[in-house]
Amino acid sequence: MPEHNWSQRLSPSIFTHKTKDQDIERYHLLRRNLVLLMTAVTIIPLTLMALINYHQYQSGLKEEIVSPMQVLASKTKHTFELFLGEKLSNVRFIASAYSIDVLKTRDGLNYIFRALKNEFRGFVDLGLIDCKGIQVNYAGPYDLIKKNYSEQSWYHEVKIRGIYISDVFMGYRKFPHIAIAVHITEGDCDGWVLRATIDTVIFDNLIASMLLDPSSDAFLINDNGELQTNSKFYGEVLSKCPFNPPPGNYGSYVTEEKDPEGLSVISVYTHFDKLRYSLVFINPKSVILKKWFVLKSEMFFVYIFSTLFIIIVIFKSTGILVKKTRESDERREMAYRELEHSQKLSSIGRLAAGVAHEINNPLAIINEKAGLMKDLIERHENFPLNERFIKLTISIQSSVERCKNITQRLLGFARRMEIQFEVLDVNDVLKEVLTFLEKEYIYRNIEVVLQLAEELPKISSDMGQLQQVFLNIISNAIAAIDNNGAISITTWEKDAETIAISIQDNGTGMSEETLKHIFEPFFTTKKGYGTGLGLAITYGIVKKLGGDIKVESKENIGTTFYLYLLKQPKQ
Amino acid sequence: MKNLQVLLVDDEDEFINTLAERMELRGFNVQTAINGEEAMDRLARGLPDIVFLDVMMPGIGGLDILKQIKALYKNLPVILLTGRSSTEDGIKGMRLGALDYLVKPIDIEELIRKIEENVN
Repeated sequence: MPEHNWSQRLSPSIFTHKTKDQDIERYHLLRRNLVLLMTAVTIIPLTLMALINYHQYQSGLKEEIVSPMQVLASKTKHTFELFLGEKLSNVRFIASAYSIDVLKTRDGLNYIFRALKNEFRGFVDLGLIDCKGIQVNYAGPYDLIKKNYSEQSWYHEVKIRGIYISDVFMGYRKFPHIAIAVHITEGDCDGWVLRATIDTVIFDNLIASMLLDPSSDAFLINDNGELQTNSKFYGEVLSKCPFNPPPGNYGSYVTEEKDPEGLSVISVYTHFDKLRYSLVFINPKSVILKKWFVLKSEMFFVYIFSTLFIIIVIFKSTGILVKKTRESDERREMAYRELEHSQKLSSIGRLAAGVAHEINNPLAIINEKAGLMKDLIERHENFPLNERFIKLTISIQSSVERCKNITQRLLGFARRMEIQFEVLDVNDVLKEVLTFLEKEYIYRNIEVVLQLAEELPKISSDMGQLQQVFLNIISNAIAAIDNNGAISITTWEKDAETIAISIQDNGTGMSEETLKHIFEPFFTTKKGYGTGLGLAITYGIVKKLGGDIKVESKENIGTTFYLYLLKQPKQ
Repeated sequence: MKNLQVLLVDDEDEFINTLAERMELRGFNVQTAINGEEAMDRLARGLPDIVFLDVMMPGIGGLDILKQIKALYKNLPVILLTGRSSTEDGIKGMRLGALDYLVKPIDIEELIRKIEENVN
């Protein structure tokens, strides 16, 4: 059939006969593929972006956090250098400004020391050492005159280099201080040394001025890794620094390491330019990178939230999409089937009309020939077997009459239905139809239960056609029921535009296979006496009236026909 | 009622000849024609009391013949014979001036009744 080929080309997936399970699987597959595709195209770029951002933020933020540390350390180092430079200048000034003769006198040195102490911070004492290493004059709180420094290494160093700044030491005074010494080449002796000690409390003040976070620490160490100032967390002055300073004497160096308690820290080591000190600035990583951790967790949550949101949206939207596709496929399939069905009806109708018409002529001839035979026999009384022949001709004519009925029904099926609309009450039409069938269902003891909506709106439809429809369906119901069965007829208002009628029987019901074909012309289960046109005509009429007909059936349980009729026919 | 002149027009000569014979047995004077031209010839030679005209005929269709008849012999009673139960042909024919229609295969008694009804 050409129409079939055309439909298969148009949409093979829909019109090939698939089972419901295959269909469901197809839509599941479609949905799965959509979900996978959409997830891939959204989540992959999102993930890539998140990873790139993560790394960029990580490196950017580290730099942002570390460089202020370096700047602060470097500033503090400069402050230290300035401070020590100033102290050194003070001592050098005294060494140049005053002659050895003045410095040697007790009053002279005391006078200078007092002035020094008043004008500049931190000086503890001032002493003059002769070329033999003996402290010949001293101004300060202790009695250190005659103390011999000739064996001490700094004494030799100052003689060679001209100046000397010591590491922090406790010395005689039992509090941390540093010594600054300058070499004076004057007089008879091979160089004098002017030596001042400075209280390192001032160092702690300088470190305090860094305004450190409570969890951070900063301190000075010397070349040997000994603390030159008190550390908040890593020991007192002159104790061994638990960190290993990096090699090299210049610039600053940032490293990540673990402190003795296993805490991850970021350390900045800044070497002094001319002195053997390094400023160590220790920051716990957890504190310093707190901002980063917060950002990281925020990024993570945003990522997880977006991913979840996308997945939910994808699931929901593909669900809706697939459902809509499925519904539209189903509607298309339904529309196609209806089209196919009506085409089938009309082509069968044309065929039926042609056949019926062609058969009518020979039937008419048979009818007339038999009629003539009968006429002739009747007019010849002496005709042998007279009565027998008359009976035979009558039998032929009655068979012709049956044939005529069949051809007339076929022609009726093919005939265009002319619908005449009038306003009518479907309940009344149903009651009237039931009166035609009353004898039969009462005779067969079938109970007819009417549940008719009391205020069913009147509809505009064709009385005769509706009667035909109800007659066909109710007759079928009666035929399907054994004696003592029941038929239930219900009417109700379905919605603003439609009323509905259901006709339910508890008869033999139909198989699924039968259900598929019941509206097709010439399909009949009433073997031998059905034309197979009743429901096809019914279907045609209902569609012509702008309504719809549905059927549900279960074998041995019964069948229900649902009719939906428009209150007002569509123009 | 007897001796009425009847013209039967139908392309199936087996049908009209037999029908004609049966009608003659019942005392009618029957003429037959198997197409429109023949029918018009017969009419030109003398008008019957009534004409039975088949609607479905090859060549000039029954309804066209009806038009020709009605154009020439406005008051001649014509009854259509149709193979269809449809009212369509019947109504069309009646609009064109036919008095009634019969559905084939016909019952001769009904045909005679129609003659009685339509011929004064």
